[in-house]
Amino acid sequence: MERTAAGVREIEIEVLRYHPERDDEPYFETFRVPFSDDMSVLQGLQFIKDHLDGSLAFRWSCRMAICGSCGLMVDGEPHLSCKTFLRDYHPGKLRIEPLSHLPIERDLIVDQQDFLDKLSEIKPYIVPKDTRSVEDGTFTQTPEELERFKQFSGCINCLLCYAACPQYGLDPRFQGPAILALLHRYNADSRDSARAQRMEIVNAEDGVWGCTLVGYCSEVCPKNVDPAAAVNLNKVNSTIDYFSRFLAPRGAGR
Amino acid sequence: MTRRKPYVRSMDGWWRRNPHFTRYMMREATSIFLALYAGIMLLGLVALADGETAYDTWLRFARHPLSLVLHVIVLAAAVFHSVTWFAVSPKAMPAMRVGGKPMPPGFIIASQYAATAVASIVVVLLAWGP
Repeated sequence: MERTAAGVREIEIEVLRYHPERDDEPYFETFRVPFSDDMSVLQGLQFIKDHLDGSLAFRWSCRMAICGSCGLMVDGEPHLSCKTFLRDYHPGKLRIEPLSHLPIERDLIVDQQDFLDKLSEIKPYIVPKDTRSVEDGTFTQTPEELERFKQFSGCINCLLCYAACPQYGLDPRFQGPAILALLHRYNADSRDSARAQRMEIVNAEDGVWGCTLVGYCSEVCPKNVDPAAAVNLNKVNSTIDYFSRFLAPRGAGR
Repeated sequence: MTRRKPYVRSMDGWWRRNPHFTRYMMREATSIFLALYAGIMLLGLVALADGETAYDTWLRFARHPLSLVLHVIVLAAAVFHSVTWFAVSPKAMPAMRVGGKPMPPGFIIASQYAATAVASIVVVLLAWGP
């Protein structure tokens, strides 16, 4: 370190390591990292990679809680490592692991494929009710219509909620918090018309009914999306959907 | 040939790993005590239908010190279950709007306590009232 100014302290960071070509199972390795008050956990990892062990693998990009790449377990809790600060763990050490409930690809990198597959299934885009030409102008919405989905559109796909969901850890067939929140974001949009198709995912065994309201997903969400609310809101929608088929005349709707 | 070898971690003892998961499991476990208590009340109802002797026997069991201890445990479990459930209930409800504004979570929680208080007063009045 070139800048060993006053205020630089040292902290022990335990990192879970796993090299697929060399290791049968993950193990912890401890590093001593100098840090200043403004250093995030991500910067601690970058110090390790730059100065102590260049083979350490972890994902990151924006460093400002927007890209959703740097999610990790810090002392057993899911965090964005760019938004978590080393000073809060000093004195003492901190333990860093890849996000829980997801397969470890290497070191702190998890396999996100399952999430990405599920994401493409839910049609995470607006399927317009009617086609409009440029002359027709833009779709308009009232502030109330916007408010119905705005909160759920804040998801950055960081997967912290999956690391907070034991139901997903026990059975990865469960769609999980972010998928169901994103699904709701489009179903709740007044411009959209694909609700019936998405409701099939909601109503399925692995849809909202896989949730038992542990509620931790909403607590760890760095963007206050509140996936637990989206999921449980859709338990009501799913129930209404189920019973309305008995009321609706044959051939109507579905 | 792929050199990938994704490692899947065990879920053994997952509910001990995080205090939040432990609290969740405790909330779920209290339902066992509630089911047990429902069973005891159901037995009382059956005993009542069976006649005076059967009902007196059930009452004697209910007044046994061990039964009183069980009642205290069940009460504690029921209170814990209710408090934690009331706390998460705003998430479990459809978004209700009053005058175009979403209902504040605090109001939903408070109204459940109010409903509990009213129901409890009605039950006490029915049991001990004139």
